[in-house]
Amino acid sequence: MEGFIHSVTLEAQLCNGCTNCIKRCPTQAIRVRGGKEVIEAERCIDCGECIRLCPHRAKRAVSDPLTLLDRFTYRVAIVPPSLYVQYNHQENQDLVLDALCRAGFDDVFEEAEASQLISQATSRILATGSTKRPVISSACPAVTRLIRVRFPQLIQHVLPLVPPMELAARMARRRAVERTALPPEKVGCIAIVPCPAKVTMGRAPVGSSHSALDGAVAVSEIYPKLLPLMDGGHTPPHRAAAGASGLGWAAAGGEAHGLLGVENHLVADGIENITRVLEDLEDEKYDSIDFVELRACPGGCLGGVLQPENPYIARTKLRAMQRSVGGQVEPMEGEIPPEMLWDTDLTYAPVLELGGTRGERFERYNRMQTIQRALPGLDCGACGAPTCEALAEDVVRGMAQVTDCALLRCRQLEARLKGLEKGGGAEE
Amino acid sequence: MSESIQLEYTVPGNDFTRAGEASADLKSTLKRLGLPAAEVRRIAIALYEGEINLAIHAGGGQIRVTVDDHQVEMILTDQGPGIPDIPKAMEEGYSTASAQVRSLGFGAGMGLPNMKRYTDEFDIQSTVGVGTTITMRVKIG
Ligand SMILES: Nc1ncnc2c1ncn2[C@@H]1O[C@H](COP(=O)(O)OP(=O)(O)OP(=O)(O)O)[C@@H](O)[C@H]1O
Ligand code: SF4
Ligand SMILES: [Mg+2]
Repeated sequence: MEGFIHSVTLEAQLCNGCTNCIKRCPTQAIRVRGGKEVIEAERCIDCGECIRLCPHRAKRAVSDPLTLLDRFTYRVAIVPPSLYVQYNHQENQDLVLDALCRAGFDDVFEEAEASQLISQATSRILATGSTKRPVISSACPAVTRLIRVRFPQLIQHVLPLVPPMELAARMARRRAVERTALPPEKVGCIAIVPCPAKVTMGRAPVGSSHSALDGAVAVSEIYPKLLPLMDGGHTPPHRAAAGASGLGWAAAGGEAHGLLGVENHLVADGIENITRVLEDLEDEKYDSIDFVELRACPGGCLGGVLQPENPYIARTKLRAMQRSVGGQVEPMEGEIPPEMLWDTDLTYAPVLELGGTRGERFERYNRMQTIQRALPGLDCGACGAPTCEALAEDVVRGMAQVTDCALLRCRQLEARLKGLEKGGGAEE
Repeated sequence: MSESIQLEYTVPGNDFTRAGEASADLKSTLKRLGLPAAEVRRIAIALYEGEINLAIHAGGGQIRVTVDDHQVEMILTDQGPGIPDIPKAMEEGYSTASAQVRSLGFGAGMGLPNMKRYTDEFDIQSTVGVGTTITMRVKIG
């Protein structure tokens, strides 16, 4: 399985050490040390929230450059449905797919086609009850990784199917090899991605021992390259095959609405909202829900941090496109093909625990409490940790000092000055 | 004798937006301590029910939690109206919750039975006009 690979990085020269990002990180993975930020790799789930928040544009997703295409003889773009609605071209899928082919890809494969198959397989899993209810979608990799580090009790509820992007890559490679008779390694399956979580998914998949993806190019990178190739001057060849339900996955709620015969579903988006829902699911607060769709980004993948278009405008365009395409998902016949299923277990990664034997943990916790009581409790972030509690934890973990707290230092200094005034001389 | 951990919470009366904070905090603390997930879940559910009862039926109360090597003990005390008939209150489906409280989704009469079911030891003492004390213990392996 994977190590702790993540795809969000920091442009050190742009970071001025403000604390906007550290306070909103859902796994408290960021600290400011020595005036610069550091990301704790094992805690980062690549949700992209810090990229969204940073006022200095100091956070970046490390995706692949388009030059990656040169490494392959035959290149297939894995196209997310959200890409179609980044442009103002009458929501025409074929225009976008054609532009990709003119930008250096030999073929395209729509993620939405894979999504439709996943809907079918999910309905099947729900009908057989093979996964614990409520079943939680595994389509957003940031969600799956959040569950892995924070919600061990919910791991058995996660849908054991590969995400659409991965399934699309597997199908695309098979199709390309059939069409070209090339050896599989000459075929490059390169995803166009809206977020760092999907960049990481190809490099270090969760639930699969390998990925069929050869790389991930950010929407933001390919967006300007496609623009000039979409002049309305010609009629693009017809390539689009996905139906309305597959396209719907671009927005939050699309996956849940595409499920056949599932009445009670819950949809939540935005990292803070989904965290609250996961807490409640863990406490079994909702008992009549069958399916839970969670997306780390507000509005779903349309709100991915690498998307140029305003997600709400994109959503309107998406609806229009769905209406014009139509189509319905049919129930799946036969068994769920193995290429759709996870082949490794999702295992809890206890990176947020205090560590050590139980006795050591207790001792660390009590020490942490003592330190926390001495801290001002303002959660100001000036020490570089998101909260006073987090600083106390860092001190116990040996990664910071109590005197990193500016206010505490100030108070100590003040006390010393007072002592000097009173004593009229040096105290040492 | 190894170390133990003490936690204390005050539950305000009739504040439905805040009820649940104590159990949420305890849950995250126990997770951080690396206690087994199944037990953490039982503890969180039991305490949540108790916390809601404090808020709804007792006008608020106090929670004291002691975590040690082999168990988590939760003591809930209040100075509320008390429970006149404890065996009755322990029955599934018995509730005195008002229509307003029911409209908020509480009042199924399942809280006390669930607290007993999810914990290894459960004790309830109550005096009408004085208050109620509930002690729950969950063993941890
Ligand atoms: N701390 C308390 N003080 C006074 N009365 C209580 C207290 N806790 C429970 N009761 C009484 O016991 C009854 C049963 O409690 P229980 O928690 O089982 O059900 P409920 O709170 O009415 O509904 P639910 O817990 O399913 O939302 C309550 O309706 C109430 O009359
Ligand atoms: S919601 Fe979509 S864009 Fe956002 S992190 Fe999840 S997969 Fe990526
Ligand atoms: Mg109750």
